Amino acid sequence: MKLNLKVWRQKDRESQGKLVDYVLEDLNPHMSFLEMLDTLNERLILAGDEPVEFDHDCREGICGQCGMMINGIAHGPLQNTTTCQLHLRSFTNNETIFIEPFRSQAFPIKRDLRVDRSAFDRIISSGGFVSTNTGQAPDAHALPISHQVTEAAFDSAACIGCGACVATCKNSSAALFTSAKINHLVLLPQGKEERQERVIRMVEQMDAEEFGHCSNTEACEVECPQGISVLNIARMNYEYNRALTRRK
Amino acid sequence: MLTTLSRKMLLCLTGLFLGFFLIIHLLGNLQLFLPVEEARLQFNWYSHFLSGNALIKMVSYVLYLSIIVHVIDALIITSKNRKAAKPYQKDHRGRASKWYSRNMGVLGTLILIFLVIHFQNFWYVYKFGTLPVDSNGNKDLYQLVVTTFQEWWYVVIYVLSMVALCYHLIHGVHSALRTLGVFHPKYVRWIKVVGAVYAIMVCAGFAMMPIYIFITTG
Repeated sequence: MKLNLKVWRQKDRESQGKLVDYVLEDLNPHMSFLEMLDTLNERLILAGDEPVEFDHDCREGICGQCGMMINGIAHGPLQNTTTCQLHLRSFTNNETIFIEPFRSQAFPIKRDLRVDRSAFDRIISSGGFVSTNTGQAPDAHALPISHQVTEAAFDSAACIGCGACVATCKNSSAALFTSAKINHLVLLPQGKEERQERVIRMVEQMDAEEFGHCSNTEACEVECPQGISVLNIARMNYEYNRALTRRK
Repeated sequence: MLTTLSRKMLLCLTGLFLGFFLIIHLLGNLQLFLPVEEARLQFNWYSHFLSGNALIKMVSYVLYLSIIVHVIDALIITSKNRKAAKPYQKDHRGRASKWYSRNMGVLGTLILIFLVIHFQNFWYVYKFGTLPVDSNGNKDLYQLVVTTFQEWWYVVIYVLSMVALCYHLIHGVHSALRTLGVFHPKYVRWIKVVGAVYAIMVCAGFAMMPIYIFITTG
């Protein structure tokens, strides 16, 4: 199949980027989107041009490294998938595809489609941990936790931190990411100990990174590859209000 | 400096208070649907009672303050959001959310413009203008309402503003409850429904008033 690409090319953080047109022919519709970009890069290298830089790692949809705006949608038209799990069969022959990096004040562009998502790392290091010396892995039944609670914690922990929520949000809010990282800990007994300091520190760090406000449009849940529920945000609000009123 | 969550809480609390006021305002104004002469005496007595009551006076100051805080807070929030978000060359993000959820600021601005017109129509004239009195000696606000709504363009402005208010409230109620921290799926489901029913009933109720008066007295 044939695709007309409009790819965002930007040399570094400071320089002005622009969309560059590329036409790829003889593509296999069963290729993944990233394999299509690999093909483009091979051709660029053979022609002596700079390849298009993009982030990727596992290519199995679980690491959260890949991520780009495809036709104005985070991770492309397929819902609940990462970019690496998107295949060319989701597009039509001769289609024009816009490929842009995730855009946000908090995600500066490093080069082409690669953005700096270390703001997420700083939110995690501000409180997304349990500061107890756990030693050896405890016996599974040493600390009874009900099945529903375990599943709920797992649902929040499923966040892979790809940044699609921020890229999709009209305000570039990191509320979905931050709330998922708060909730998977607060649901479990080990994480309950520091719930107050954790939520306050992580929210303050989220603000310091210059993410916007959550407007509850719920777009983030729709485009999230893991389908992380927006109710995480409501629970973060609950935890935050609780911490403000009960903090000593 | 307030955090993003505290700013939203301020918006939520002022918004909920304004939303609660709308119910009282609607219930009071239902008197306009009475037969003409009964409505005149009843409505004018009600207006006189409200303006003379010390408790209502205090509540009205909270109301004015809520409007101002709600607007200023929304402006601060919007300016931070504008700085945080970067535009796309091709943007198809709208597929994932409702248009009125994304445009609360636009809807809010329309409502604010409406409020200026609304205050100028009735509140300003009642407080600072001169009105004839009815047979009970109360200022004849009812006549002012009737005269205003005999102009078709006022009816159109009022009805369209209620449509904007309705969408603002549908998103507003549901969003405010999220900000308060209601996260249980059981409650979240019916809050969305209750919020929408409230928004539609309040706005349809208000929109019916100018239409009713235009048709019956025009």
